Amino acid sequence: MSTAVNTQKKGGFLAGTANYLDERVGVAGILKEFGRKIFPDHWSFMLGEVALYSFFVLLLSGTFLTFFFQPAMTPVIYDGVYGPLKGAEMSIAYASTLDISFEVRGGLLMRQVHHWAALLFVAAAGLHMLRVFFTGAFRKPREINWVVGFMLFVLGMAAGFTGYSLPDDLLSGNGLRIIDGMIKGLPVIGAYTSSLLFGGEFPGEQIVARLYGLHILLVPALILIFIVIHLFMVVIHKHTHYSGPGRKDSNVVGYPLMPVYVAKAGGFFFIVFGVIMLVAATFTINPVWNYGGYDPSPVSAGTQPDWYIGFLDGALRLAPSHLEVHAGGVTWAWNILLPMIVGVGFLAVVALYPFLEAWVTGDKREHHVLDRPRNAPTRTAIGAAGVTFYAALWAGASTDLIATNFLLSLNNVLNAIQIILIVGPIIAYIITKRVCLSLQRKDREIALHGRESGRIIRMPHGEYIEVHEPLDAFEQYKLVDFKDYQPTLARPNAQGKITLRARLRAGLSRFYFEDRIAPVSQGELDAAHHDHAPAVTEAPKKKAVTAAKKPVAKKPAAKK
Amino acid sequence: MAFMKRNLNGSRRHPMAAILVIAAGLAVSGGGYAAATAAVESTKPVTAAADAAQVDLGHKLFLANCASCHGKNGEGSANAPSLIGVGAAAAEFQVDTGRMPGQASGPQLMVKPVQFTGEEIDAIAAYVGSLGPGPAIPTDAQIAANGNATRGGELFRINCAMCHNAVGAGGALTQGKYAPALTHTKADHIYEAMLTGPQNMPVFNDANLTPTDKKDIITYLTYVQNNPSAGGYELGNLGPVVEGLFIWIFVLGLIITITIWLGAKSN
Repeated sequence: MSTAVNTQKKGGFLAGTANYLDERVGVAGILKEFGRKIFPDHWSFMLGEVALYSFFVLLLSGTFLTFFFQPAMTPVIYDGVYGPLKGAEMSIAYASTLDISFEVRGGLLMRQVHHWAALLFVAAAGLHMLRVFFTGAFRKPREINWVVGFMLFVLGMAAGFTGYSLPDDLLSGNGLRIIDGMIKGLPVIGAYTSSLLFGGEFPGEQIVARLYGLHILLVPALILIFIVIHLFMVVIHKHTHYSGPGRKDSNVVGYPLMPVYVAKAGGFFFIVFGVIMLVAATFTINPVWNYGGYDPSPVSAGTQPDWYIGFLDGALRLAPSHLEVHAGGVTWAWNILLPMIVGVGFLAVVALYPFLEAWVTGDKREHHVLDRPRNAPTRTAIGAAGVTFYAALWAGASTDLIATNFLLSLNNVLNAIQIILIVGPIIAYIITKRVCLSLQRKDREIALHGRESGRIIRMPHGEYIEVHEPLDAFEQYKLVDFKDYQPTLARPNAQGKITLRARLRAGLSRFYFEDRIAPVSQGELDAAHHDHAPAVTEAPKKKAVTAAKKPVAKKPAAKK
Repeated sequence: MAFMKRNLNGSRRHPMAAILVIAAGLAVSGGGYAAATAAVESTKPVTAAADAAQVDLGHKLFLANCASCHGKNGEGSANAPSLIGVGAAAAEFQVDTGRMPGQASGPQLMVKPVQFTGEEIDAIAAYVGSLGPGPAIPTDAQIAANGNATRGGELFRINCAMCHNAVGAGGALTQGKYAPALTHTKADHIYEAMLTGPQNMPVFNDANLTPTDKKDIITYLTYVQNNPSAGGYELGNLGPVVEGLFIWIFVLGLIITITIWLGAKSN
């Protein structure tokens, strides 16, 4: 500390401030820890950042909106500037939304900023989840962080839905009515739950104020807490990186937070903010004035939820009708319960997938180098199947728009999507897996024999050969450096029994790793290079030695 | 080159003369035609004899264009309904929007380019109207957009929005049928459609929606047609599905492009 005091005199104001803070809150230690955190450079690592920045924009614009929004359902006669609603009876909530749109300076822009940012928040989070899934970034030690991220995604949907319902216009009221119907579809508890939620019969005079409380207090607070946990875990785990020379599970290759990433990420925040502002200033979103105040009798054609609730709406639309069963004195409305089970079940599978894969592989190692999607064919295929399933549910929510805009029959569109929902994921799985395996085979070929150059040479003895150009070390590394798994066998436990659990695990392991392309081993690489002209020098070999340490051991299995 | 030479030789005519002559000719003939048409229009006789002549012309047009399906006297056939008693309003709606004469069978007749002049359409409507008592073509006063837009909006949401969408963006019906968008529909067609219930649309007669109600609805729709969204480009007024597509494809697409730019190694 005494040395710090000495430097203070030389350093002037900045150093003085730094020293002042350091002596009181130990800022040097914090900066040393956080400021030297290394982040790798890749575009796909910025998707989560987009979601984070959208959340900041949501906080700012949302705060502005709370200044003017009044969450009450007391009826008033509208006397604002919007002509086609002048004199109409509506709730205070809707009237204040109209006032924000037409009379508060910058209000409409802020409403649109808030809504576009909300759509972007969930979309960016979803894309970030897909990146994490397909690169295997959820593997040990990051399984818990995957679940935290999943919670953020679900909370994003909750925040979005509670916000969507606040203006109390026809569209949001229709959306709430669907939720009310789903709640009432629950046997036994449904009617009571609905009554408690709405404070009586739907729509009542409570729901907007209640959703407002959730929307501006509980849900954002939870999101903030989970974001802090999420980012804290990123710091604890250090960031993952793609494979390349010198990139290992034990290191991170990139730039430090201070000053490179602070500048980069800070700039990126303003870019995301700018894009949101640009879109909000030029494109209408949720023109509430078109829909009129909520009235339970009218329902507008083309009533849809925001995109992130679309898959649940689609599930409802795709469910076969006439599934009600009367049993035990209650009605089991399976046409409502089934979609709820499908929707919640899908989300549960997403949340638990890392644990499932870890159990099947039995891999307890830490993974900090990301997989190329093709090098985990079964996972990638499962992901593609999941995306297809979700997309089919999602498309189900827009059957009417697909029908009118492409001049198709609504019924045919619905039936087609019902079929796609079941068959699509299977086809997507098979195609994706085959594509991955073929790409791996191609990589193997290129790693062993280089790229075809198109140059044909005639040898002195008359033979024609095509010259293959050897890869440089970087490319070679990418092609040969991946972890190889093999199916495990069901082994007897301590009592000498093969349990059902072990059998299931062995079966799943076979499902995952039966079809596989072994990584190129050092031996194969040497053999391949000896066949060719000695033009291939040691440079790629040297890299391959470090890369192929593990595969060498597994070579016998690979050959059979 | 010839044009250059003439100029150098000191031509008698200015090079622009030909263009001027053509322009003058066009103005005289076009203006004359317009004036003549206007004169004919203004002196259109409202006499019984003229009516008879109009119905006669309508009958001829009907025989030539409609009778193969609707029957020589509009009595209908296996392929098309009887037109006796549908009224002039129905005929004008169908023909003036181009839906009739129908060209292809399908779930619903589509709007297509109108096949007749205004005069011919009036004649056909007069003929169909003469077949039996039915709704007449609304007067200009009935369709004037000077009613109560607030009330019209409310009536529209209660009676029309479930098929046509809250802003008249259209919507799907079963088996390939649909409620068309009303974003460009003219006031007289809106009125006639309510009155006659074309295709899958129910009839909203004067007991159901009074002429004042109809006027209010037209006032509301005209307001929506003439006043673009205060929030910027409307994305077709199709609601959250289009907004979702837009955020995924364009906004996220733009942001990913930027991330790729940021993530690129500087050379």
